[in-house]
Amino acid sequence: MTRGTDSRRPRAGQAADQLPRLLPADSGTGSSGLADHIDRYGPLRSAGLSRQRREALIDEVDRSGLTGRGGAGFPAARKLAAVAAGHAPIVVANGTEGEPASCKDKVLLARSPQLVLDGAVLAAEIAGASQAVIVVHHSVREVVDAAAAERTQAGADRVRIRVMTAADRFVAGEASAVVHWIEDGVPTPTRKPPRISERGLGGRPTLVHNVETLAHLALIARYGASWFRAVGTPAEPGSMLVTILGAVNQPCVCEIAIGTSLQEALGLAGGASARPQALLLGGYYGSWVDMAAAQAMPFSSEGLAFLGAGPGAGLIAALPQDACGLAETARVVRYLADESARQCGPCLFGLDAIARELQRLAEGRTSDLSLLRRWLGQAGGRGACSHPDGAAGLVRSALDVFKPELGQHAQGWCRGTRTANVLPVPPRRQP
Amino acid sequence: MTAGTRLLADPIACDGRGLCAEILPELITLDDWGFPVIRDGDVPGRLTAEAREAVRVCPKLALRLESPAKASPRP
Amino acid sequence: MSAAAAGSQGLWFVSRASGLVLLVLFSVVVVLGVAARTGAAPRHWPRFVFVELHRTLALFLIAFLALHVLTAILDPFVSIGWAATVLPFVSGYRTLAIGLGTLAVDLGGAVLLTSVARKRLGFRAWRAVHWLAYLAWPTALAHSLTAGNDLGIWWVVVIEWGCAAAVATAVLARLMAGIRHGPGSGTPAGQPSAAFERVTERVTERARTHR
Repeated sequence: MTRGTDSRRPRAGQAADQLPRLLPADSGTGSSGLADHIDRYGPLRSAGLSRQRREALIDEVDRSGLTGRGGAGFPAARKLAAVAAGHAPIVVANGTEGEPASCKDKVLLARSPQLVLDGAVLAAEIAGASQAVIVVHHSVREVVDAAAAERTQAGADRVRIRVMTAADRFVAGEASAVVHWIEDGVPTPTRKPPRISERGLGGRPTLVHNVETLAHLALIARYGASWFRAVGTPAEPGSMLVTILGAVNQPCVCEIAIGTSLQEALGLAGGASARPQALLLGGYYGSWVDMAAAQAMPFSSEGLAFLGAGPGAGLIAALPQDACGLAETARVVRYLADESARQCGPCLFGLDAIARELQRLAEGRTSDLSLLRRWLGQAGGRGACSHPDGAAGLVRSALDVFKPELGQHAQGWCRGTRTANVLPVPPRRQP
Repeated sequence: MTAGTRLLADPIACDGRGLCAEILPELITLDDWGFPVIRDGDVPGRLTAEAREAVRVCPKLALRLESPAKASPRP
Repeated sequence: MSAAAAGSQGLWFVSRASGLVLLVLFSVVVVLGVAARTGAAPRHWPRFVFVELHRTLALFLIAFLALHVLTAILDPFVSIGWAATVLPFVSGYRTLAIGLGTLAVDLGGAVLLTSVARKRLGFRAWRAVHWLAYLAWPTALAHSLTAGNDLGIWWVVVIEWGCAAAVATAVLARLMAGIRHGPGSGTPAGQPSAAFERVTERVTERARTHR
């Protein structure tokens, strides 16, 4: 066992290569109380860490290769070190999950809230913060409140935990938007510079981590980097939570080792209900991939790069044969355009125009593909956040993968015969 | 001005007024809605004065010139 | 006429003349400012020309202001006092009329100083103070109507009316353009104000028909 970690061997039920790690092994719906949590994972001493200990822990996280699980994949140790170097930092655990198709953060918080709180408190102790704010979806607010109350009663934490309900908007999950939401009640991204790791919540250095990342952190502190790396790939170690939905028999949130093949991942959801035509990977900022090309591929950045896709926020959505990929994408992009924070012209106008043109394409009306491509080209890197970039990437991948459908629609017919939608999109807000 | 200066826009402050594109058409074009598309890369030395003027003239103070030391990525 | 009296007459003349020029300059500056903001301009003129002219003339205005104020203060036949250059309504001579002028200078001075320090102040603070310009101008007009003795001269009256008409038109245009900020409140260069139009619809249709 390496120095700097809690020197407790993992229990028999938590062998290095055994999954799940973050979620309970059973398929119930309840959350584990504090006692059961400690029973399963062992205790975690995080209060009153010496400076040596804190640095050793950052080292351990660095060696583990943990990257952010919110979609951006930034190395966790670097973020920790950057904020730890600041004065009076604060930690934000981001469980907003504004992505309507993704449920992994909600499930994690519903079933293993103590693990997330472990990670949040530990991150705060390492960074030298006295407070951790955890922002959660309203559906799991009660569970997390109860978990925090249990900890307060147990009295082992020095860090103060504050629970907040997240805003119900797509862009509300962006790091600076979460900070803006906590501070002013407005869930919109803010201008950078300054970076939130330098000046964020209340002008303090702010560490914003996805709740899943913090859960992994809590286990790395207990069992070490080598344990963490026992699953996954050398370049992308560890496990990750994925949301699998669409044309599968049992849509679910599962924990997989990074690098698991898509075929295997679909198997965890009971297998595809009918041979899908394509998969949407990552999230609504992600990419479509052709099923035949992708099914044997590993679910990792490396494995999916040549397909122009990535694991993103862990979404795997299977598109059945009787659906139209263009229509599904048009619906999602209309939602994304409506969800713009409306702060930046290229997003407010550009995404709206892209959504309309894509709608025309999907409905088989006369449309201008070159106009659409021009707007897609102008959508990147011109906003305060990556909302337009993500949406444009989704559209580009749709135009690529569903090229045959473009021809069909131009001739006035569509392969989509189902009436139900595949990708979940909340009902349109009244303007 | 040292080499390696970039012209950057604050997309939240920008209102698409278009004065920058009038002064610096070599580097800035307007998209279909009047918002600036700034060419990638450093500002050429011969356009430095115009770039400074564009920064000054912007009614929303949305443009800035950034030197490489400031822009280096830190963790 | 004694030398002192002639000197005083000379100072008084320069003060009145520079005052009139100031009114015209100030009015042009306001109109240019509104033109730069609303984009209501002749098609060939780039908008930055209006902004630059607006700035340049405003700075030019300071020179005439110095002349106007100095000649009035230095004139031995009227007792205004140096304090009246910045403190309104402390002049012995025609307290209200001179006071209005001082007020106009105070307000205009605030606008000018904040504009010079615009970058350091940030946009919001600068804009909040800049609105005072709409207060400074009528104050200056009121000063010119009460402090000046030349309303008997027909072309002075024409100039006063002309300035008032120009600024009134500009203010009306500004009000109609709306006071929105944020994307969509600007206008593409050389186009009429898009305040009440859905820019997206217009541009999309225009782009489509230009295939």
